[in-house]
Amino acid sequence: MKTPLLRRIGLTVAAPLTAGLFALIVSALVLEASGSPAVETFRVMLENGLKLETMVDTLNRATPLFLAGVAAAIGFRMNLFNIGVEGQYILAGFLAAWIGASVVLPGPLHVGLIVVSAMVIGGLWSGIAGVLKVTRGVNEVISTIMLNFIATGAIVAGLLPRAIEDPTATNQGTPTIAESGWLPNLNWVLELVTRDITKGRKLTGVIAIAIVVGVIYHVVLNRTRIGFDLRSSGMNPFAARAGGVPPKKMVMYAMIATGMVAGLVGMPEILSDNHAYDQGFIQGLGFAGIAVALLGRNNAPGMAFAALLFGFLDSSSAVLQVRSTASSEIVTIMQAVILLAAVVAYEIVNRIRQRDEVQRASLLSGAAS
Amino acid sequence: MPTAIELTGITKRFPGVIANDNVNLVVEAGEIHAICGENGAGKSTLMKILYGMQSPDEGVMRVNGREVSFSSPTDAIAEGIGMVHQHFMLAGQLSVLENVILGSEPVKSGGRIDFDEARRHLAEVSEAYGLTVDPGDLVDTLEVGERQRVEIIKVLFRGARILILDEPTAVLVPQEVEELFRNLRELKEGGATIIFIDHKLQEVLEISDRITVIRRGKTVATVNAADVSAGDLAELMVGSELPTPDTTESTVTDQLALEVLDLVVLDNDDRTVVDNVSLTVHKGEIVGIAGIEGNGQTELVDAIIGTGPVMSGTVRLLGNDITLAPVRKRREAGIGYVPQDRHHEGLLLDAPLWENAALGHQTRAPYSHGPWMDRAGARRRTEEIREEFDVRTPSVDVSARALSGGNQQKLIIGREMTADPAVLIAAHPTRGIDVGAQADVWNTIRKARSEGLATLLISADLDELIGLSDTIVVMFHGKLVATLDPAEITPRSLGSYMTGAALQEDVR
Ligand SMILES: Nc1ncnc2c1ncn2[C@@H]1O[C@H](COP(=O)(O)OP(=O)(O)OP(=O)(O)O)[C@@H](O)[C@H]1O
Ligand SMILES: [Mg+2]
Repeated sequence: MKTPLLRRIGLTVAAPLTAGLFALIVSALVLEASGSPAVETFRVMLENGLKLETMVDTLNRATPLFLAGVAAAIGFRMNLFNIGVEGQYILAGFLAAWIGASVVLPGPLHVGLIVVSAMVIGGLWSGIAGVLKVTRGVNEVISTIMLNFIATGAIVAGLLPRAIEDPTATNQGTPTIAESGWLPNLNWVLELVTRDITKGRKLTGVIAIAIVVGVIYHVVLNRTRIGFDLRSSGMNPFAARAGGVPPKKMVMYAMIATGMVAGLVGMPEILSDNHAYDQGFIQGLGFAGIAVALLGRNNAPGMAFAALLFGFLDSSSAVLQVRSTASSEIVTIMQAVILLAAVVAYEIVNRIRQRDEVQRASLLSGAAS
Repeated sequence: MPTAIELTGITKRFPGVIANDNVNLVVEAGEIHAICGENGAGKSTLMKILYGMQSPDEGVMRVNGREVSFSSPTDAIAEGIGMVHQHFMLAGQLSVLENVILGSEPVKSGGRIDFDEARRHLAEVSEAYGLTVDPGDLVDTLEVGERQRVEIIKVLFRGARILILDEPTAVLVPQEVEELFRNLRELKEGGATIIFIDHKLQEVLEISDRITVIRRGKTVATVNAADVSAGDLAELMVGSELPTPDTTESTVTDQLALEVLDLVVLDNDDRTVVDNVSLTVHKGEIVGIAGIEGNGQTELVDAIIGTGPVMSGTVRLLGNDITLAPVRKRREAGIGYVPQDRHHEGLLLDAPLWENAALGHQTRAPYSHGPWMDRAGARRRTEEIREEFDVRTPSVDVSARALSGGNQQKLIIGREMTADPAVLIAAHPTRGIDVGAQADVWNTIRKARSEGLATLLISADLDELIGLSDTIVVMFHGKLVATLDPAEITPRSLGSYMTGAALQEDVR
């Protein structure tokens, strides 16, 4: 009855692989058309990507991408299109950095305070969109876009001057967090199996948080009652309601959970890199997260893969520029093509899978009769 | 006359099932041809193949004598074939006109939709076939009978001369069925060919010229309607006699299970849709609600289940006031629910059967254990449901979408009955279920009744209503207008109560 395991796994990875291959071909054409050597460019990317230091960089970039992906996916599973991850993580990052800078606590407590405040702020901010939807029927797309503007344009821009201690510094931001609020890097974990990591690269400790979030996401959604309630609400809200699932509560839960995870997106910057919120705080991850959720089909392993892929491409972009083999924009083009190709490829693989099952069924019935 | 449809050796396989096994079907032009068969026999599949929604693995199709092969419904429509599905496929938030033209919009130069032309054509079509609808109405606000008319007009709008209707009467009360049949005869007069699927054998005999019976994916016979009786048909379909839903001796107790007191429900426009309704259901009693759809039954059920608003009044379950309790509380307290529309409120079509079985009971064993879902327990229970209620499926891991309509219904009945409810709210419990399995469902409900189950039954099938109920109340314009003894009533006389023609004094 079951498809052979190998073939099933094959079909599962076939879609992203075909999409990747297609993206490779399109990028090669674009590269050649713009006068850069395609083969050479890919060689540089690959050679660079295989270096331990680049791998660390890839992991570091993948961490917030994955978190943003999970945040978006929680909404998608409930049929909620949360555009607000962007504003949620920036607001949460800013306030958590400020809170973190204004206290000194014993190590784990200090880090814990920053993480928890980021999650609470993200959850509350996203919860506003939930309340608006539940009480006033405001579409979450509209409300989260507006909340993004308010978060970045009004709150962060308005409060940042007050947080600044040294108005003469070149990079204006919240004061640096005391060392007790720094998350230790995880270089030693990699070094257990490889060599020493050089060039001052540090594997962010937030990756451990991201893994925990991924596992919780997977287990809660697939193995728990509340996860079942959420998924059924997303699949058919009317049947779920008749089955005792309170629809408004589910919207609130999902919006708050998506905001809490979104709050973590800025943590690598604050706990590992800068230890402050400043004008260089990374933007755009909320939207990248939507791409990660799409490519990873809202499931945890898929999104991890997607985040790593995008992380690797991002980290290639720098080296291409340095070596001036090609314009770094090629990476953006590749990401876009991968996403488009993946959507198509998933559909094709779905069809193949169905045909496969039918053929097997006919073999079975042929043998039976 | 030329042959309208000729299907030869059609075979269609799905994972684990052969839905059509070398099926042959000949439909003459201008006839009304019925297709009968058990749930899962392969009727809908055959029609979807003919309509280009699914492609056959083997076999040849001829339309008007020409061999055809369809890769999508568009191809079938081009050959003049149209289909009204077992489960309606209208967009509720769009108007009747928009639904009718959806997918075949007449366009003006510049690519804009020509609404005037569309409206004109729609008026023409409904005029020509005597099908009246208001093009401006929102589909969500329509009654089932009207929705069906919209579906039929939609098909005619596209110029179909060969109409496929998959279980069109399942959702209709007798008066509406008569109207539908009038329409069909008119269409036939106009030269159309009609293929239709139905589980109610009397109806089949009444309307059709010829009947093809399918059993387990194979064509068993094609007979002239004039030459056979309902008994013969049942024999052909399942090889057994036609069951009747006669209730045995009364098991009504004096213990109250469900009480509804002075219930008032308003709709969105503040019109009273449930008007001061009071009724009681005792343990061991089946109370039937008769009424044409849209007379407040849906809103009454919603108020009892907890999915709809209550303006005033009280609902009590086993003595406890549950008027304001959340749905989950009510279900945990023992309310079982068979919704009127299985796709709307009953199923998660894309989830596996075992998750569907858990829906509504997910807070209890064997479906869950504390905060955790119990996958093994849920699968085991679903296997039991599959056995006991004869849900025809290759496995409990397939999605609900892969089940035939009747088997989806059996799954819902199974999950509600195995949960051991104290009160069952059953809206059209045997809708779409074949005659054989219907008797099983009736027996299950009767057995539970003798063990103390209180049932509120809503059904468009008057034989079912009269045969099963201990008491029948008639709902008309939101009010309970009559209380009747099923022993003293016929479907005919009940029908006249439902249309308000015969009002009785003793209002409950
Ligand atoms: N998309 C699908 N995927 C897998 N199996 C399917 C699919 N559609 C139908 N089947 C199977 O094919 C068989 C025939 O189904 P079909 O819907 O044609 O039955 P039917 O005669 O219309 O029954 P009913 O009277 O219950 O509507 C069933 O066993 C069903 O489970
Ligand atoms: Mg069917």
